[in-house]
Amino acid sequence: MADPMKIRANVIGDSTEVKVLMNHEMETGQRKDAQGTTIPAWFIQNVKVTHNDKVVLAAQWGPAVAKNPFLSFKFKGGAKGDKVKITWVDNHNDTRTDEVAIA
Amino acid sequence: MERRNRRPFAAVIAVAAFGVAIGGAFAQTSAVDEIAKYRAALQDGNPAELWEARGEELWTKPHGPRQVAFTRCDLGLGPGVVKGAYAQLPRYFPDANRVMDLETRLVWCMVNQQGLSQADATKNTFGNGSQQRSDIEALAAYVTSQSRGTTMNVSLDDPHMRDMYALGEKMFFYRGGTHDFACSTCHGDDGKRIRLQDLPNLTKTEGAQKAYTTWPAYRVSQGELRTFQWRLNDCFRQQRFPELEFGSDASIALTAYLAARANGAAYDGPAIKR
Repeated sequence: MADPMKIRANVIGDSTEVKVLMNHEMETGQRKDAQGTTIPAWFIQNVKVTHNDKVVLAAQWGPAVAKNPFLSFKFKGGAKGDKVKITWVDNHNDTRTDEVAIA
Repeated sequence: MERRNRRPFAAVIAVAAFGVAIGGAFAQTSAVDEIAKYRAALQDGNPAELWEARGEELWTKPHGPRQVAFTRCDLGLGPGVVKGAYAQLPRYFPDANRVMDLETRLVWCMVNQQGLSQADATKNTFGNGSQQRSDIEALAAYVTSQSRGTTMNVSLDDPHMRDMYALGEKMFFYRGGTHDFACSTCHGDDGKRIRLQDLPNLTKTEGAQKAYTTWPAYRVSQGELRTFQWRLNDCFRQQRFPELEFGSDASIALTAYLAARANGAAYDGPAIKR
């Protein structure tokens, strides 16, 4: 199973700032190993963020995103204690969901 | 006639050379500024935190044939005490009768408390992707993160420590290898660099403090968290020295020398580096 994300969510004025660190290899499929064989592509394809079950961010990613990606964004609204839930799905159909309460 | 023709030609060369010199200096400083901006932009989302989280989990989990957790491992401030421990390492440990840095001490605890063999404990000292992850790097990230903001205070009161410091200092200035290099060849003057990477002048207090307090660090170009043992190991490779053995007295002596030279500065790792 994939390793946990690190999520921070803070209320700033009338919006919430979310910062996420994800644990992922993000192989591009362009690299070769020491034997010269191509390392197969392995990357996060879909990211979904919900705030109290309402989707606030949905993204489609490709192999150009760096290893161990960092994602930072803001959405309108959100109060202390509300739940922010983040899910990613990679091209191996592996998935990870983590949740945090807004601080 | 010939004489008269030469003069303007020489003047043109001088102007051209001057122009190149200015252009070169400008390109260099702006690249340094850009790298600094790049680091500042990354600071907020330092993936070293992922290693810290894994290390924290590893710290409390029972390990090895004897199923002992690191909470019994004494880093110098008592069994299991991590807070501020890294700011006082390396130090002399009477139970091992040896001066040890953090990584060597972790290996010592794995062997002597958890019952692992030396070979098993040092199998994955430097990680390589998700296939070959290093527990030592994760543990080092966790332990060092617990010293963030603590003032570096490496004591040289113990005679063993003083000997190690003296040995490290000697090694730092010792020239050898196929390229007749010493650490001080690259780290003994201001303004030295490898390609665009500025090198710290470790003979100056500010240089030593800034460099030592920002290791371990997440290396973006490698996608890995690297420890100080790794830093020294790679410096040896770059100097074409024989491979620096993990946890050897040579590595600990250099660490002791540089750590003590950083005394007085606030520890600021694990950092993020290009």
